[in-house]
Parts: sequence; C-alpha cells; structure tokens
Amino acid sequence: MAKVRGTGIAAVNYPTGMNLGGDPTQALIHATTTGSFVISLSSTDLGQGLKTVLAQIGAETLGVPFENVLIDTADSDTGPHCMGTFASRATHRAGNAIIMAAKEARKVMLEVAADELEANPADLDTDGQGNIFVKGSPDRSISIVNVALAAHFKYGRTISGRGIYIKPKSEVDPETGAMDPDSTEAHACTVAEVEVDTETGEVTVLSIKSAYEVGRQVNPALVKGQIEGGSFMGMSHALYETTNPYYPSPEYHPTTFSEYVLPGPHELPIIESVVLEYPSVNGPYGVKGVGEMTANSPIPAIVNAISNAIGVRLTEFPVTPEKVLKAIKSKAVA
Amino acid sequence: MTVAEQPLSVVGKSVYRRDGIGHVTGKTIYVDDISFPDMLHLKMVRSPLHHARIKGIDFSEAEKVPGFVRALTYKDVPKNIYTILCLIGVGPDDEPVLAAERVRYKGEQIAAIVAETEEAATEAASRVRLDLEELPAVFDVEEALKPGAPIVTDWGTNYFVYEGHECRRVRFGDVEQGFAQADYIVEECYQTYPTEHAPVETTACVAKPEPGGRYTVYTNTQALFFTLDNTALILQIPFNKLHFVGGTVGGGFGGKVDVIVEPIATLAAMKTGRPVKYKYTRTEEMQVSSTRSAWRMYFKDGVTKDGRIIARKVTSYADSGAYNRHTPYAVTKHAANVAGPYAIPNVWIDAYCVYTNRQPASAMRGFGVTPASFALECQMDKIAQTIGMDPWELRFINAYRNGDIKPHRKVVEDATLIEVMQAAAKLVGHPLPEHLLAMNSWDREAR
Repeated sequence: MAKVRGTGIAAVNYPTGMNLGGDPTQALIHATTTGSFVISLSSTDLGQGLKTVLAQIGAETLGVPFENVLIDTADSDTGPHCMGTFASRATHRAGNAIIMAAKEARKVMLEVAADELEANPADLDTDGQGNIFVKGSPDRSISIVNVALAAHFKYGRTISGRGIYIKPKSEVDPETGAMDPDSTEAHACTVAEVEVDTETGEVTVLSIKSAYEVGRQVNPALVKGQIEGGSFMGMSHALYETTNPYYPSPEYHPTTFSEYVLPGPHELPIIESVVLEYPSVNGPYGVKGVGEMTANSPIPAIVNAISNAIGVRLTEFPVTPEKVLKAIKSKAVA
Repeated sequence: MTVAEQPLSVVGKSVYRRDGIGHVTGKTIYVDDISFPDMLHLKMVRSPLHHARIKGIDFSEAEKVPGFVRALTYKDVPKNIYTILCLIGVGPDDEPVLAAERVRYKGEQIAAIVAETEEAATEAASRVRLDLEELPAVFDVEEALKPGAPIVTDWGTNYFVYEGHECRRVRFGDVEQGFAQADYIVEECYQTYPTEHAPVETTACVAKPEPGGRYTVYTNTQALFFTLDNTALILQIPFNKLHFVGGTVGGGFGGKVDVIVEPIATLAAMKTGRPVKYKYTRTEEMQVSSTRSAWRMYFKDGVTKDGRIIARKVTSYADSGAYNRHTPYAVTKHAANVAGPYAIPNVWIDAYCVYTNRQPASAMRGFGVTPASFALECQMDKIAQTIGMDPWELRFINAYRNGDIKPHRKVVEDATLIEVMQAAAKLVGHPLPEHLLAMNSWDREAR
C-alpha cells in the first residue's frame, strides 16, 4: 500500500447573464408610512442569500438603514417581471433594476424632506441611520418615517420608484459564432492538493485553495459561503457524482443518496480563499457574479492533482476509485 | 470617481441574512409544507423502457384503488407538445407533457393519477397496465449521429439544427494555418458524466383553484414567469388566469428551471376543481428529473516551442437526452467559452446538441461552461507536460488581456485572469518568477 500526493491548478472565467433571448428584470420600490421601503420583485432566492444582498443594494442607493428595506418577491400578482435566478444573473440584473428604482424614490424622498426642512433638495443627504439632514447643518434633520408620513398625509406624494435592467437580445451569427452573450466575466484560480491510495484507488482531497475576482462583493460572508459550498460541490462532482456511472450505459442508475454517493462532513478538505475586487463596468456597484462558477475551477484542479499524483493523465470526471486503479494499471502495463 | 472609490455604507458589509435563522431551525416554509384540507395528490405512470411505442393504457385496476379520483392522459392536455425556451424563440416544440404514441426515455411521463392521498395515488399508478412495443434505443452521442441510428426526435435528426447547421459553429482566424505553423500538436478527448442537481428540496408544486376562476400555484421554480408563461401556453389559458407564488427554494442549481410539475398539476386542479400537489420523490429526482448533460469534447491544439497556443479546434457533443429542455442554449454558451480565458488567434469550434434515449439533460450550475473549463484546464496541463513547460507559466503567457477579441468576436473588458493566478500562487506559497509577477491584465507589454 502506498499513498502518493499531487497538486493541480486550474484557472477559469465565468460569464454573467445569458441574453441570447434578451435578459430583463424589473424592480418597483415604494415607501410605507412605517418607514419601510418595500422592493417588489419576481426574483427567486435559491438559498444563496439573494433577498439579503438585494436589500443591501436597495438600502445603499436609498441611503436608508438595511433594516428598513423589505424584499417582497416572487408573487406574480404583485411583483414585476424577472427572467429568473440562473446564469449568475440575479444580483447583477435585479441589483441594477433596484438602483434605478431607488434613485427615483430617493429623489422624491429628498424633495419631501426639503419641503419639511425648508431647504433645497440638493443640499440634503441621508445619514444611512434613518435620517435626512442639511449638509453642513446636521441638527436640521428629519427621520425617514416622518418624511414618509408627510409625503402621504400632507403633500399627497408617493415615495416610489421604477427600475428595469435589460441586456438586449444578441443574435448569433450562424457562420462565425459572433455574439455578445453575456455582460461581464468573473475569474478564479484554484490549487488543489490530493492524496491517492494506490491500493484502493481512493482519493483524499487535502486542500482546495482559490483566488476569486467577482467585481464588487455585496456581502463578503455570502460570497465566502458560495466559494466554500462550490468548492465542496466541485470536489463531489470531481470524485463521486453521476447518474450513469458506466456512461453511456444507462445501467446502475441510482435511486437514492445511498447509491448516488456524496462526500460526508468528515471528507471536508481545508478550503481557503482570497477575493479580489475589480468592479465591472456594468454591474450594480461593480458586481459581476459568483453564483455558478465556484464548482468550476475545483473540478479540473482536483483531476489535475490526481494526474500529477499517479503520473497518468486523467480525462474524465468523476474520478472514481475504479478509474484511478485502471489508470494506475494502464501505466504499469505501458 | 470610479466605482471602486465610492464610499459605501452597507454594500460590502457581511450583514446577517434574514432567512438564515429560519433555514437552519427548520421554520422556513417550503412548497411541501403547503397543504389544503381537500388537497389531492398526483403521481405519474412512467415508462419502464428506454424507447417504446405506446399501444395501449389500461386504467381498470387503478380505478379500483380506494381514493382514486381520476387519470389524465395526453388527450387531456390542450397543447401537449412544448419546449421551455419557445419563450425566447428556441424551437421546435418537441416534448410531450404526457407521452402520446412514443416514449423516448425510461421514466418518461405517460399518465397522471390523481387520488385522495399520496399512498392511493402511488398504488393506483402502480396498477396501470401499459402495452408497450420496445424500440431500439441509442445512448452514445457519436453512435446517435451515425447513419441508421434509432431516431429520437420527430424532426428526423438526432441533433439540434442551428440556423441550418448541424452544430453551433465558432470560426476565428485560420485554424489549419495555425496547425501548420505549430511545433507541437496536442490532442485529447475529454468526457464528463451526467450529474444530478441533488437539491435537498425535491421539485414540487401545489396548484389550487380559486373561487374567481383563477389558479394559485405554489412552486419552487427558479424562474417564476418562465414557468407561469409555459404553463399558460400548455393549458391554452390566458396568462392572467394564473397566480404563481414562490421565491424560496431549497436548492436549485439549475434543476428547477424546467417546467415539469406545474402544468400537469394545474391541469389536474382544473379537471377536479380541487388543490393538487405534485412532488417528486427522491427517486424521481434521481431517475427522471433533468441532469447536467454528459459532454464529450475532442481538443486539438497547435502550440509553439515557446508555449504559445496558436490554434485550437474543438468538437463537442452534449448529450441532451431525449428532449431539448435547455441544452440547445447550453451548447451555444459552451461554444462561446470552450476556447477558454486565453488569447488564441485561430479557433474552430463545432458544438453539437445530440439526442439520445436518456433522461433529458437541462440547465445545471455552470451551464455548458463547467465541462468546457474541465476539458480545457486538463488540456492546459497536458500541453505543459508535452512541451516541458511549467503549467503556471503556460497559463500566464496565454492569458487573455483587456482589449483582446474572443473567438466569438466579443472584446474582453473585464479580464483579471492574471491577477487571480498571482493571488492563488501567493495564497498557497508557490513562488512565481519575476516576469510572471510583473504581468497584468491591462498591459500586454508588462512582462
């Protein structure tokens, strides 16, 4: 029995959005008399934290506390249209739509505040703590709740805004493939370290270490969550998962998680990451996207590390113990 | 002021996610938590064969099961043949909601059973007798393209037709001239296998008739309006008869962009006048829900002695399974990305969307790009080994820069490949030589 170690790298790009059919998303914002700002959408939170980051973007542009922003999403009777949460598009598209809507709502909010404070709207600013104040005279201020009440009961105005972001449809040239199919590119480089048991063919991933560049991070903890979840998912794809283990044969099709095997918590490798921020030209506050790509660089990095460890180039994934042993045997025969 | 210099207050802060506590304490309401007093349950009668002609369906034993309410077949579906991406002009329609004359994959939906309980629906579905005539099946993408292969589609070819072509093409520069000038030719075939999304929450919906004649559909779709619009088209009802409610999903990964459970559950609600739940079991999620396509990718690269990749020719085959779903689009996205984040002056790509008698593939995290990144990053290591160059060095000297033109004629404007490689090397303590540390993505001469 021998255990051999190897290291592999992979560097990838990943595009944001898919507009070969057009790619719009809308957002509507209105202030209630409770001081809340409701952002109506039809975007779906898949567990990645979309509702949280979109509230952050809305709060930032409105200039109000995060706690005052509510996300009301995915009711087709009340939310405006969204293409959906896929293609790493949701934060980019909905975020841009929210900024547009929030700018309109903020303008009305400052106009009403200006009337109440007997000031020029251009001289006002928000403190992000729930107040609007005269620049240079912070004692002349009014709370956003009082602005909302005044707008409704005194001035008959709605503090509201409409936003849409669309990346127009791109036609593909059927001869050359010329197209403009996405908005921006995020990047990652992963270094994986593995240990291979040459007797059993089992692979232990020791570490997955990555550098990401995702434009602006709206919520660094959620970006890290994506990176760590994606690293483990990529490892699972690299070593375990398939519905057709003897593809193209349809035999041995799994029915449950006892047959469709996933790695358990005890197999969690060391996962480390650094995130660079080079804001994109068209994303909300420079956002690119980090939704899909986090499994992409770990897979080839791990497979390259196994190739490096055993001295045979592997060309498929998942790399099961059976395939590792066959590769080692092929080298011995050669 | 550039974006990077803007002072920000809450963007960039790790505020706690609001739904986190609900998720980790089991309080979040998912679709399967939704129930109504008179709710019915829907289970599918599925094909036990990979490819077969349907000669008859006998419900007589199923109807005897206590709690059986009714069965639905293709005759009940107003527009039975659909394709999800018809909404953005992709066609032709190819997939039946319920199979009529033919089944093209094992597990394909043939008839729906609606019953008072989940157990009764399951029992009744198991008692439906199918008279099937087995047909020859094809499972390999290259076998499927050979003359004489069993034909999966109704239009007569086992490939998707891209504006008159049998594949999605990218043509950039002169790849044969590039090969002629190369010192090395590096070839390899890469294969990925079908992968299940494996969400914790299986695909599900509840469709409920409302007193005003509308239908409320509680769904875990990733794309609310895609699903609503397709459901209305299949049922041939005005869009505004439908009210879709969603927004909280227990894992999607692309698997919930398909439109499978909502149309038939809504039809069952229309036919029975009662709420209907259709929820995949784990086995259905594994065996009949979409997977990531398997991909076979042939690479041929022309490389100079000093490590420049000057020509790349890729022929890729995506195994779409029996129907379109999202794979025709995935193939185009693959074609735009399979040359990789590298500046290669001559590129030729033929990417095929191929039909087989397998459970349909569809969208999945990394949509056409995950297999591309896998193949091309393994290929980079193979090139490095072949020409005797350090794999970091090979990637650095070929990395694309801002202002480059990608093979699909898009100008690169957000490249940072060099920067993430420098940061990754630093993170793992891998020393890079000075000339690689001096590079950046904005200035090609900085080396």
